[in-house]
Amino acid sequence: MADNPTSALEAGVAAPDFELKATPDQSVRLADFRGRRLIIAFYPADWSPVCTDQMALYNEILPEFKELGAELVGISIDHAWCHIAFAQSRNLHFPLLADFHPKGEVAQRYGVYDDNIGMSERALFVIDEEGVIRWSYVSPIGVNPGADGILAALESMQPAEVMA
Amino acid sequence: MSALLDRPRLTVPVSERDHILGPETALVTLLEYGDYECPFCRAAQPSVKQVLQALGDELRFAYRHFPLTQIHPHAALAAEAAEAAGAQGRFWDLHDMLFTNQARLSIEDLLVYAQLVGLDLDRFALDLEQHTYRPKVREDFMSGIRSGVNGTPTFFVNGIRHNGGFTPEELIEAIRDAV
Repeated sequence: MADNPTSALEAGVAAPDFELKATPDQSVRLADFRGRRLIIAFYPADWSPVCTDQMALYNEILPEFKELGAELVGISIDHAWCHIAFAQSRNLHFPLLADFHPKGEVAQRYGVYDDNIGMSERALFVIDEEGVIRWSYVSPIGVNPGADGILAALESMQPAEVMA
Repeated sequence: MSALLDRPRLTVPVSERDHILGPETALVTLLEYGDYECPFCRAAQPSVKQVLQALGDELRFAYRHFPLTQIHPHAALAAEAAEAAGAQGRFWDLHDMLFTNQARLSIEDLLVYAQLVGLDLDRFALDLEQHTYRPKVREDFMSGIRSGVNGTPTFFVNGIRHNGGFTPEELIEAIRDAV
């Protein structure tokens, strides 16, 4: 973390709102997820070469996320059209949101935009039913952080809230 | 920041539930999470064999399934096929054959390999049709997720994730370090 150029929002902070394109004519807002848990996976770019793809991994455990009451979105600076092609090629079953215009604005709000490379960092946030960040993690950009941290964070949250 | 994520530990220890090569008395256990349709796993295969040969009784090797089914459409059934072969005592024979023939993993192909390996074909076909070993494969997969597996192949040396490469030299060095 020492040479991390940015400072990701941490647990306890209200998650900044956003409205981003999920498709060229469809927008998604953070508020849409109120009452449910949300996992946000910021990643640098569609098609990026972390050998085995992080999004493909999460795609496999959507049922486990659902069981823990959580939805998943991916966010990168790519345009919605690019996201569509990427999602189709990887058979992804969750929304990819376009932090495209103004570029990287949402990543900046979450403290995970790397201005040196013009992309977001590889960062994870778990947000609770009330819109409060409960866990965050920034991975070295070339390292796929896996899913164990997300699952552990979801499980540590109050089970009563699962039904909310 | 998080030791959990930096150097994850295996959450489900290698046991009788696993397919294991080598003696129980071995000093080091090398575990691989792999996917039969993953080109990197195929590339790691000769490497693992070389390491096993070089270290003999010092090492035992276990393999668990980690199929990324949405990008590798044949991986899940191939893993189930290996388990079905395992139920007939021939896990490693089919395992090798699946990696060798990675580009051809249709159900027809699997039946041919099963025949070549000498399995009871009716039983094998039924196991595939009924997905008898789907839960076991999923159990492997989730044990990997819980242990910080983030792609394939991922190796664990005595229960600690190996973050380096998988050339024979790199694996042997990691194994030596663990002793």
